[in-house]
Amino acid sequence: MSEEEIYERLNDVFRDVFDDDTIEVDDLTTADDIDDWDSLEHINLIAAVEKEFGIKFRMGEVSTMKDVGEMVEIIMSRI
Amino acid sequence: MVELQYPFDSAYIMKKRRSLRKALLADGSARIKKNIAVLGGSTTNDIVSIMELFLLDQGIEPTFYQSEYAQYWQDAMFPGEELISFKPDIVFIHTTNRNITAFPKVTDSREAVNDLLAGEFDRFRKMWDALSSRFGCPIIQNNFELPLFRLMGNKDSSDYRGRERFITRLNERFYDHADETPNFYINDINYIAASYGLEKWSNPMYWNMYKYALCFEAIPELAFNTANIIKSVFGKNKKALALDLDNTLWGGVVGDDGVEHIQIGQETGVAQSYYEFQSYLKAQRELGVMLTVCSKNDEENAVAGLNHPEGALRPDDFIIIKANWENKDRNIAETAQQLNILPDSIVFVDDNPAERAIVRSQLPGVCAPEMDSVENYIRTLDRSGFFDITTFSDDDLKRNEMYKANAERAAQQAAFENYSDYLLSLEMDAVIDDFTPMYIQRITQLSNKSNQFNVTTKRYTAAEMEAVFESSEYIRLYGKLIDKFGDNGVVSVVIGKKDGVVLNMELWLMSCRVLKRDMEFAMLDTLVDKCREQGIKTIRGYYYPTAKNKMVKELYGTFGFEKISEDDEGNTVWELPVENYEKKCSVIRIHGNEAL
Repeated sequence: MSEEEIYERLNDVFRDVFDDDTIEVDDLTTADDIDDWDSLEHINLIAAVEKEFGIKFRMGEVSTMKDVGEMVEIIMSRI
Repeated sequence: MVELQYPFDSAYIMKKRRSLRKALLADGSARIKKNIAVLGGSTTNDIVSIMELFLLDQGIEPTFYQSEYAQYWQDAMFPGEELISFKPDIVFIHTTNRNITAFPKVTDSREAVNDLLAGEFDRFRKMWDALSSRFGCPIIQNNFELPLFRLMGNKDSSDYRGRERFITRLNERFYDHADETPNFYINDINYIAASYGLEKWSNPMYWNMYKYALCFEAIPELAFNTANIIKSVFGKNKKALALDLDNTLWGGVVGDDGVEHIQIGQETGVAQSYYEFQSYLKAQRELGVMLTVCSKNDEENAVAGLNHPEGALRPDDFIIIKANWENKDRNIAETAQQLNILPDSIVFVDDNPAERAIVRSQLPGVCAPEMDSVENYIRTLDRSGFFDITTFSDDDLKRNEMYKANAERAAQQAAFENYSDYLLSLEMDAVIDDFTPMYIQRITQLSNKSNQFNVTTKRYTAAEMEAVFESSEYIRLYGKLIDKFGDNGVVSVVIGKKDGVVLNMELWLMSCRVLKRDMEFAMLDTLVDKCREQGIKTIRGYYYPTAKNKMVKELYGTFGFEKISEDDEGNTVWELPVENYEKKCSVIRIHGNEAL
């Protein structure tokens, strides 16, 4: 799966979870850029991303991911 | 909504919850509003947001209160202003084995463990008592799921010091309490966790990271199970099954294969699976679920199939058998009408996806679970929670007999030219009197599930009904009707609140199974008698329209009340002076409580 494809699929997950079709994520997107992305929604997002790519994040990773770019790096290393 | 019916896709629900919620709120269906307090021993946010979806889908619009993180006990014992003014209609205590304060140690004596158990139980008991005396509303309490690890291995289950044994004993204490306490319901997470898979359910990552006591993807399972109790408490259970025959109750097509070749009984594995399913349905029938047939078949073949000597069900077990070549949605609509229930109280059970799709689209509200393969039939129906039992009255046990007797009455009616001759021929006796403790449970149940013959649709919790029963400010009547075909049980409830010489009617309801029997007039006659005894001069009736109670729009009019006002929403107020009232019912002999 190319990085581009990952971003594309990730974007769909974000749109589903936050129910907002205008979302466009890139490597620098953080929780500050999306209104409803708070610590509670973070769990939901992580679960949906894990499901989409058939991977599991490790405990430490979930809380230390800084931005979407880091998330994509982890995804790429697992698939 | 099909997405929210068992077996659902948990990950999909979690991901799409926002758009599912939007769709539910926009579907225009009528819902009852309820305040639900969730007192959690762990994080509850996502549990609440998913529970909302299931409740909306089941006709309940919830408003939630959530305690601050893990403050369940403090909230119950010392509720803050927010919870007090929230006035919950139901309290859900979401605790898990993470909330057990102390487990036995291997060095503990038997007595020490007993004390520990008593202390732990007492902590919960105090909380339930406090909640129940403050709010008087139903309480839903989780039992405990089994522990993730077994310190003593297999012995953990049987040794008094084992955690597993401790949890099992504590659960037993909870069940004893549930057994003797009305309005207290166990949310069986022990079963749900086992069914889901304890190892996945109890994945400690979710506790350590987010303080969830179960894994994230199991949340819909928990929320669904809890919502099923809530909808049952508020009278939203299903009432009847409409069952297809070929490849649903037996393998094969009776019309093509012949009755001797259908698969049912003990001969083959497939035949046994169908036999087990029939046995399951027979047991459901004993619990009061009404069984009907909805099959594309010649009636002769259908009955022959049901008479198969190896089957568990008999034609007699069904109240209505619709075996014809009409569309199934039409048959189901007719069945609903004949049983005097709403179509959305019926669950359609059919192995054919096309039939299910047609029924779903023609009769929104009718559930048609996915019946894909016979070995899954029992699980699918069972886990769907259509008939989740919260109260279980004698009436439930007798329901099928009562509806069968109704069908016999209908047959007899055809033989009379004059309707009142027919009514007289039924030899009806009624007990109509003030409430008695024996029937309080049934009276409360009726107030929560009667939708059609119900002028105010006011719902009462058990505690509220108890308060009405004990107060001298009310005139209360229940009515029980018996005729030559059988005992219909308690079928009508009337409650009026005294205001000087005026009696304001808060509730007037009747079960639709006794429509057109003049029972409502018998109730009115008795009510007027009671009013005269207690110096009431005027009875004031109120009608509040809902989507379901059009049949009683003019009830007070037919009683001889005068309409005194009507607002834009169709709410009407009626009055009747009791002075010159003349008795209206001449076909029922009326008795008081002494006749019981």
